[in-house]
Amino acid sequence: MKILVPVKRVVDYNVKIRVKPDQTGVDLANVKMSMNPFCEIAVEEAVRLQEAGTATEIIVVSVGPTQAQETIRTALAMGADRGILVKTDDDLEPLGIAKVLKAVVEAESPDLVILGKQAIDGDNNQTGQMLSALLGWSQGTFASELGIDGDKVNVTREIDGGLQSVKLSMPAIITTDLRLNEPRYASLPNIMKAKKKPIDEKQLAEYGVDAAPRLEIVKVAEPAEREAGVKVETVGELVDKLKNEAGVL
Amino acid sequence: MLNPFENDERRAFQDSVRKFMETEINPYVDEWDEAGGYPHEVNEKVCALGVFGFDIPEEYGGLGFDDMHMRKAVGLEMGRSSAGGVMASVGARSIMLKPLTELANDEIKARALPDLLSGKKGGALGITEPGGGSDVANIKTVAHKDSDEWVLNGQKMFITGGMQASYFVIAARTGKDGMGGISLFFVDADTPGFTRTPIERKMGWWASDTATLYFDDCRVSADNLMGEENKGFYAIMNNFNYERFLMAAQMTGMSMRLFDECVAYAQDRETFGDKLISHQVIRHKLADMSARIDAMDAYLNQVAEIVNRGENALAEISKLKFYCSTNLEENASAAMQIMGGAGYLRGNAVERIYREVKVQAIGGGSEEIMRDLSVRLMGI
Ligand SMILES: Cc1cc2nc3c(=O)[nH]c(=O)nc-3n(C[C@H](O)[C@H](O)[C@H](O)COP(=O)(O)OP(=O)(O)OC[C@H]3O[C@@H](n4cnc5c(N)ncnc54)[C@H](O)[C@@H]3O)c2cc1C
Ligand SMILES: Cc1cc2nc3c(=O)[nH]c(=O)nc-3n(C[C@H](O)[C@H](O)[C@H](O)COP(=O)(O)OP(=O)(O)OC[C@H]3O[C@@H](n4cnc5c(N)ncnc54)[C@H](O)[C@@H]3O)c2cc1C
Repeated sequence: MKILVPVKRVVDYNVKIRVKPDQTGVDLANVKMSMNPFCEIAVEEAVRLQEAGTATEIIVVSVGPTQAQETIRTALAMGADRGILVKTDDDLEPLGIAKVLKAVVEAESPDLVILGKQAIDGDNNQTGQMLSALLGWSQGTFASELGIDGDKVNVTREIDGGLQSVKLSMPAIITTDLRLNEPRYASLPNIMKAKKKPIDEKQLAEYGVDAAPRLEIVKVAEPAEREAGVKVETVGELVDKLKNEAGVL
Repeated sequence: MLNPFENDERRAFQDSVRKFMETEINPYVDEWDEAGGYPHEVNEKVCALGVFGFDIPEEYGGLGFDDMHMRKAVGLEMGRSSAGGVMASVGARSIMLKPLTELANDEIKARALPDLLSGKKGGALGITEPGGGSDVANIKTVAHKDSDEWVLNGQKMFITGGMQASYFVIAARTGKDGMGGISLFFVDADTPGFTRTPIERKMGWWASDTATLYFDDCRVSADNLMGEENKGFYAIMNNFNYERFLMAAQMTGMSMRLFDECVAYAQDRETFGDKLISHQVIRHKLADMSARIDAMDAYLNQVAEIVNRGENALAEISKLKFYCSTNLEENASAAMQIMGGAGYLRGNAVERIYREVKVQAIGGGSEEIMRDLSVRLMGI
């Protein structure tokens, strides 16, 4: 079984992000970048399937700038076999990424695509679903448990009301939730081995997809600072404040 | 500060160690320090990163290569974690692996190295004695030959990781007085005649198990002699260089942590109607700390690169160690001062690091001994 894992390079989860003064986006100058944590979970799950003898090859793909190679290397150091970098300096929207991934899927014919449910930069939560629609494949999103059963895959999904179990026919799309696994740390021997694993470099143009943005960013701003709470004496006062100060009633 | 020797693997490795420390160690440091110990599986988790395998063949579970810049990364991130005690205990194996790899016979290496490198079993190095640690040439523990066995008698003190360790490298006198009469021995913890007791209530490194070791007619096989008889002193001195380099990197990481803690606190704290960070006195303290950290970091890089190129850096390593410990002391003092009363309370990284300054200034070769050695090595 072949698994494709798309990975995204994002601002490290520990970094306190700053909005650019001109409000056009987030300041990325000299900011530490890492693999999106949900993508790490996806890589880990694929590696576990390979260690269990279920998967035979893991291919990681990243769509992004030259530096996204580092993100691919991280995945290779965790245990993936080879990488594909689709180079672009544009910040693609989920639909654009999904179209590129569809082309990669058509070239590689994986049985499973495991993606993070969302990336911690845009928090879009769309790419997996869009890819599923473009390919016409089944999808098991927000997976907290995954089991291969012949040509079927059993997925436990985290939904608002609790957990939902679904059985999908492969090929299929899985998106990972936080509780699926705890990703390993890349060890030094594996970092050195990853150096020798191949990364195939492609240009976005080679895929011939229309990845032009559909959305216009009007402005990016810091969220309003949270103010200290107040204590109210009576229910009447509470209702009054909700109506007249918070404006929610 | 930009590291001119950084490359993809070095950065990836340091990132991985740092992330491990932040996730698996930092949240528990206070708890483990107060408890005076940490769960055994931490040894295995740290070892799984591959941080101790430098210059050890792959067949024994080592890395099969060496890189001083990566060794530096390990020390830096261990120091930054502020888990000095945990890392001292887990890392105790690292200061006995070199003599073990270079001098022990194949049977011992095949038995001990894989367990030590995977963290399944612990190791410790016993040089210091109740009678003294600086004057290594005058140790009193003796070993005498009795047919095909060596019989050890004496005591070792301040042995880090000594309560958990299954394997020891022990220095003992086998010949005449002075440096020319010392040999190294491999000793299993379950050898009859070997016992140990914990040393508790230390100033710092609370989570580490420090032991006194007793050898009372402790018999080991002739094969347990490591390297040549009476040539142990040179092996000990050679080994110290790696320990001292690692400690210097730890001290730099500890200083980086102190700096980050102070900046975060000073940005938040208000005095006299202004953020602490905007008072010039505080800003100057931070500037001095930062300059010292940059200098420590640059010195480490320089020494790492010299050693990587196969050049002699013995005098530099001695100077590096006391340079880092004197600067760490100033950094810890400045950080504590910036934190005010809050820093004085137990359970914060600044207070813990402050208590761990002196073990870095004394252990592994004290500042006085390092100064003395460095000028001697410079031929002065
Ligand atoms: C927490 C901890 C963990 C340790 N772990 C280990 C371990 O795992 N293995 C191990 O073998 N040892 C270990 N040590 C021992 C450590 O290496 C020694 O403490 C150190 O070498 C100093 O020896 P000493 O304590 O006997 O001091 P001494 O040698 O008695 O020296 C006392 C003071 O006098 C100074 N001094 C000594 N001689 C001179 C001189 N000629 N000129 C000027 N000043 C001098 C020293 O610098 C020091 O300041 C540990 C120590 C501590 C505190
Ligand atoms: C163990 C202990 C016992 C104590 N007992 C008592 C007690 O019995 N009664 C009592 O009332 N208090 C007590 N204190 C509190 C003590 O007096 C305060 O800790 C001290 O006054 C410093 O105040 P702070 O901790 O709030 O630090 P902060 O005022 O927050 O100052 C933090 C740091 O910034 C520096 N700083 C502050 N303002 C400026 C400025 N404008 N320019 C430059 N530097 C500045 C300070 O010198 C300090 O180094 C005790 C403290 C401790 C740790």
